[in-house]
Amino acid sequence: MFRMRLSWAYIWMTIPALGLFMYFHTWPTLHGLMYSFTNWNGFGPFQWIGFSNYAALFKDPQVIHSYLFTFQFAVVTVILVNVLSLIIALALNSKIVLPKTFKALYFMPYVLSTLVVSYIFNYLFSNVEPSVASALHLTNLAQNILGTNWAWVGIVIVACWQGVAFNTILYLAGLQTIPEEVYEASMIDGASPWTNFWKVTFPLIAPFFTINMVLAAKNYLQVFDQIVALTNGGPGTATQSVAFVIYTNGFGGGELAYQSANAAVFLIILILIALLQVRVLQGREVQL
Amino acid sequence: MRNRNHRNPLAIGFLVLGAFFILFPMYMAIMVSLKNPQELGQSILGWPRRIFWSNFPQAMAATHYTHAFENSLFITAFAVILTILTNSMVAYAIARNMHRRFFKYLYYYFFAAMFVPFPIIMLPLVRQMSHIGLADRVGLIILYVVYGISFNVFVYVGYLRSVPMELEEAALVDGAGRWRIFWGIIFPLMGPMNATVGILAALWAWNDFLLPLVMLGNPNQFTLPLMQYALQGQYSTNYSEAFASYLMALLPMIIVYVVAQKWIINGVTQGSIK
Repeated sequence: MFRMRLSWAYIWMTIPALGLFMYFHTWPTLHGLMYSFTNWNGFGPFQWIGFSNYAALFKDPQVIHSYLFTFQFAVVTVILVNVLSLIIALALNSKIVLPKTFKALYFMPYVLSTLVVSYIFNYLFSNVEPSVASALHLTNLAQNILGTNWAWVGIVIVACWQGVAFNTILYLAGLQTIPEEVYEASMIDGASPWTNFWKVTFPLIAPFFTINMVLAAKNYLQVFDQIVALTNGGPGTATQSVAFVIYTNGFGGGELAYQSANAAVFLIILILIALLQVRVLQGREVQL
Repeated sequence: MRNRNHRNPLAIGFLVLGAFFILFPMYMAIMVSLKNPQELGQSILGWPRRIFWSNFPQAMAATHYTHAFENSLFITAFAVILTILTNSMVAYAIARNMHRRFFKYLYYYFFAAMFVPFPIIMLPLVRQMSHIGLADRVGLIILYVVYGISFNVFVYVGYLRSVPMELEEAALVDGAGRWRIFWGIIFPLMGPMNATVGILAALWAWNDFLLPLVMLGNPNQFTLPLMQYALQGQYSTNYSEAFASYLMALLPMIIVYVVAQKWIINGVTQGSIK
């Protein structure tokens, strides 16, 4: 490859973007990290207090609970969303009637506002679900589940209702890259549909599985909109996610520095999870 | 054997069942929005005996719908246009200079920023933005365009690698400058990627809740989702009006989706696979 002299135009194309990105993204990130080592509450003088905020985080039941809730929610939702969307994608990829209509319908939830969708479900849980449950004599469900210990299940349901759309479309794109001959070859070898799926289909769409798992984990670990519209963190503090605690206590609770430390811990955890996922999942991928 | 005429009844049955789950909340929303409170008290899911269209104009007035709609449209339109115009340019400069250290590191810098969750930025960001007087719609547009760089550069560079250099070299020999080459040859050539980036930016800016929530203080500038949030309290009695406003908040995107459904699905898929 021959090299030309660096054109000034390239510099002018990138320098403003670099400057703006540093100012609006990197600068506040560093600022947040800086706050986390102080006792500043947003105004007035402050002191550097080292790692005290971090030490306090690990003893704070509200914060610890928010991490446990967030992980529980994210793990269950990531698994459910991926299983459901893989099944739906397989169904959409088989010989069906109205394939385009079904595809369009299944993707529709993706374009809707999560907040508004969650408000609609909120009413569904509080006014429709209890009466349907009592009509069916399911006494355990005859009340608004958002007010019970099962509130997190309600949030999982809403997240799945909306989240399945995106993963389905990605799996479907993956399935459509597999040529028909591959199936025919394994059919001739006498493979059952079940073996066929695990030995042929799944390894070939593994890169899509990786993307879906990483993106879904990133999204659901940062769950916020659904919480605000469904439970507002309740009952009590049962469904407060990490992002919800950082927002609520950081802005409204005068815990600017403390929640900045929480956000820094959150940042490190999210990066570790993403790296771990990529390492583990990419080891399983095969090339056709 | 998989052949054209043999349809899969199991898959069809499963998809019909799933379609019911997707449509049910929407059906309920429409039914609730068309009733008056008395009838809603008797039946939520039944077809209304008399349709109360008046819920819609009432909700429109109560939620300042036209105003919020204009705000959402203003923010989304400018975010999309500026994102496409600027991010493609940055990506082009990076893609054509990946062998130079500065541009390579720039690429990794933008890429790494994707892993920074918004909660860590938001606390200092709000102070910073109000300090420079940009805690408003304009500031929001800037943030969508700037934050978009991370992901969009990644998408554009992936695409630009498959665009051969010969065209540009020929134009260079003909005496065209880099700017002319970009706007005249490369930008039009990236049409499909511009559509992808534009669609993703539009969905993000239109439906986003957290960023407007922390950035916008003035109710006159509230977007549709933020307006829904701000006015929740007043719906504790009149659910029909609330649902009329939910449906109106969702309607613009549903219309866009019905019209441009194929583009949107392709755009989102392309953006994620690259």
